[in-house]
Amino acid sequence: MKRYDIIVIGAGVSGSAVARELSAYDWKVAVLEKASDICEGTSKANSGIVHAGYDAKPGTKKAALNLRGNALMENLAGQLDFPFRRNGSLVLCFDIKDREKLQKLLERGQENGVEGLRILEREELLEMEPNLSDKAVAALYAPTGGIVCPFGLTAALAENASVNGVDFYLNTKVEVIEKQKEGYRLEAGAETFFSRVVINAAGVYADSIHNMVSERKFHILPRKGEYCLFDKTVGDYVSHTVFQLPTEYGKGVLVTPTVHGNLLAGPTAVDIEEKEGVNTTGIGLEEVLKKGALSVPFLPMGKVITSFAGLRAHEDGGDFIIEEAEDAKGFIDVAGIESPGLTCAPAIGEYVAEIVKEIIPAVRKQDFIAKRQGIPSMAAADKEERKKLVKENPAYANVVCRCELVTEGEILNAIHRPLGATTLDGVKRRTRAGMGRCQAGFCSAKTVEILARELGKDIGEITKAGGESVFLVD
Amino acid sequence: MRNADIVVVGGGPAGLAAAAAACMEGIEAEKILIVERSGELGGILNQCIHNGFGLHTFKEELTGPEYAARYIAQVEEMGIPCMPDTIVVNIQAGEDGKKRITAMNRREGVFEIEARAVILAMGCRERPRGALNIPGYRPAGIYSAGTAQHYVNIEGRMPGKEVVILGSGDIGLIMARRMTLEGAKVKLVAELMPYSGGLKRNIVQCLDDYEIPLKLSHTVIDIDGRERVKGVTVAKVDGNRRPVPGTEEYISCDTLLLSCGLIPENELSSDMGVALNPATSGPVVNESMETTVSGVFACGNVLHVHDLVDYVSEESANAGRYAAFYIQHALAEEKEGKAGGQRNKEGGMEAKESFSKKKDCRDIAVKCKGGVRYTVPSSIRLAYMQEEQVIRFRVGDVFRDARLVVRLNDTIVMQVNKRIMTPGEMEQVRLKKSKLEELEKLEGLREITLSVEKKE
Repeated sequence: MKRYDIIVIGAGVSGSAVARELSAYDWKVAVLEKASDICEGTSKANSGIVHAGYDAKPGTKKAALNLRGNALMENLAGQLDFPFRRNGSLVLCFDIKDREKLQKLLERGQENGVEGLRILEREELLEMEPNLSDKAVAALYAPTGGIVCPFGLTAALAENASVNGVDFYLNTKVEVIEKQKEGYRLEAGAETFFSRVVINAAGVYADSIHNMVSERKFHILPRKGEYCLFDKTVGDYVSHTVFQLPTEYGKGVLVTPTVHGNLLAGPTAVDIEEKEGVNTTGIGLEEVLKKGALSVPFLPMGKVITSFAGLRAHEDGGDFIIEEAEDAKGFIDVAGIESPGLTCAPAIGEYVAEIVKEIIPAVRKQDFIAKRQGIPSMAAADKEERKKLVKENPAYANVVCRCELVTEGEILNAIHRPLGATTLDGVKRRTRAGMGRCQAGFCSAKTVEILARELGKDIGEITKAGGESVFLVD
Repeated sequence: MRNADIVVVGGGPAGLAAAAAACMEGIEAEKILIVERSGELGGILNQCIHNGFGLHTFKEELTGPEYAARYIAQVEEMGIPCMPDTIVVNIQAGEDGKKRITAMNRREGVFEIEARAVILAMGCRERPRGALNIPGYRPAGIYSAGTAQHYVNIEGRMPGKEVVILGSGDIGLIMARRMTLEGAKVKLVAELMPYSGGLKRNIVQCLDDYEIPLKLSHTVIDIDGRERVKGVTVAKVDGNRRPVPGTEEYISCDTLLLSCGLIPENELSSDMGVALNPATSGPVVNESMETTVSGVFACGNVLHVHDLVDYVSEESANAGRYAAFYIQHALAEEKEGKAGGQRNKEGGMEAKESFSKKKDCRDIAVKCKGGVRYTVPSSIRLAYMQEEQVIRFRVGDVFRDARLVVRLNDTIVMQVNKRIMTPGEMEQVRLKKSKLEELEKLEGLREITLSVEKKE
């Protein structure tokens, strides 16, 4: 039996943020993750937005954590070396009749404490974003809005937690949680664990985990969001994150640059029951492009390089559930983490650590390593940096993914760093190999070969994302 | 910094033929450099182990590697240096006419090469699932036909056992046969368009001979399977390529191969300012295969997607020859003590012009009408035209019993009756320089027009 002070279930962005925060104290912490890699659920398929914080209802956890998360993000990005940019966001209003709603949104933001909010009239708006539809009559401008790499953020948090002593168990699905006198016994994967505190950050599965120990059941509804990602050649169509004011016809979609320079449109919002239902649909993708074109009329459909769907973990109550379960002492839920969950993650970490301190007193580690260095990027490096990297390791001159200019050096780094990649998707999320316009057509075979070589496996054993996702059938 | 007269970017069939031709035209072998991103020369031919290559060039049926080997041997015999495992990161055309190429490899790290001329021969890539926006899950088991070909022919491994192929491009057709021969069951080839995108001979030899069904006007509308592909839903499409409700059919399979078109890989070209033709996604070139950046030539699949490698070789040899002329002119110009290689307003090269003392460097546009989708070249300068100029083109639809008409200004100078023309097969016409000159004298040549018209 493996014994811990705290076990976190789920290595998504929330679980990783919690683990990282906990790793600053002298607790013994583990993270259990059912997938073969970190960041395999909701955290890998979302808008990548750092919300300003005008959206959430004042007084909710969402509102408070959003503000705090937004404020923490910039410093954290510097400390943990992940891509983040404060590009500002806009909420477009297309109908004079909706001006009042825009004003309400502004007021709500101000009540939440969002700084710098103001309403732009059409002229100023179009000057700021010339590719926007001239049907937009006004917009709410939130200069504190930003964009982040969701994989980069999650990996940074998890790696830093790991470096600071948190044990990560991948391919370890929690099957049983049993309340005991001083804590919980968990059966997960092939192991049995005991932990005084359990933190439930299981995303869309947070209800089934919670309901194993609590009689006060809740229900997580997976809300599917589909997206289209566009080629970098059109990544500058807009520079701000462009939302649409919800109208009687429904919630709009956003069009935003990504932190890596692509253009992203989405998401739809369809409630489903299937917790692995991350398939895209013809109707959904059509809706994304149609609604996106309301904001950016010349949305270049021919430049779509991929589409994907993610599931938001919507809880029926509408707010985050971040608390110790009333009837299960030492069991802390981090549930219902839908939008703006990504933004909130660093703040959720802090918040949960405070709850845990009430249960198990702790002191801050003297030797906590707060900084982490990400994987160097040849694509982002200038000529001198490139020369330096190649000098250190000639593998940085061997280009594997030519669309995104990702080299063998970066892939080796991704494989051999803490919580290193073991799958094609793992390499992709850490290095961007295969994320470009050819979508891994050329590099997948090479990446698989490197993975096999480095992990001492046959190429037939390498998977796309664990489980049965093998590339070869012989 | 390294120096070269000509840097050839890409060591596939296009780059090899271009380099060899430049050498034969008098450029010293050591002053040519082939930069190749993979470990060996030959490009994608290395994985095309089927036969049918070289029928035009060698009057023989060769496999891809055999065809490539002939050109590799030639280049080696000539002593043209080649830099394998080297990627070109950037090319800049300087004001002085020199091209600065930034490249990297394991041996030398990041380095620069200065060249007088560049021949772009980077080839093309396959259109991926994402660009097709096929809905469904994103499991393992979805491959471009070329990736599957790599696994089967290079690695000797099987990417799937039960296969559906979307798109009837040539690689897909070849892979239908190849996978069948290796023991897989190819259940269906679905093609969105009402006609095949590949060569007729491949339909016959790769599908019909193995009783593999081809469904035209069909597409994949859903992909099932979370980890590995479990099946796909195929549906008929209407005239607007929209799925027709009620025609859906679920086909269980573990593999979906995509053969839905090739895209010339022109990131390097457009970054350096080379204008691209939206119809081909390749550079706009004149009769010399010269792009809109003076001294930068393009050939092979980076210029436009070919169906037969023989045509690639022929076209690329032309590019190599013209690159050699360009350098010889620039050298002569230098001797005369002038700056070389700057393009004048009319699109001609001043260096060349003064060297050849030819006044007429007008670009005469080659225009497409009625079904002709594009032409290569898209303009011709009479002064530089060879005695006979091949104009290659593709049509945008299937035309039966039609007439291909070539006009100089408004005068019909050629008409060819065609039993059938399809988008999957490249067409060509040969223009005689004498004809063009004749008209030029008579009334001044303004434009050349190719069109598909009804047979009279």
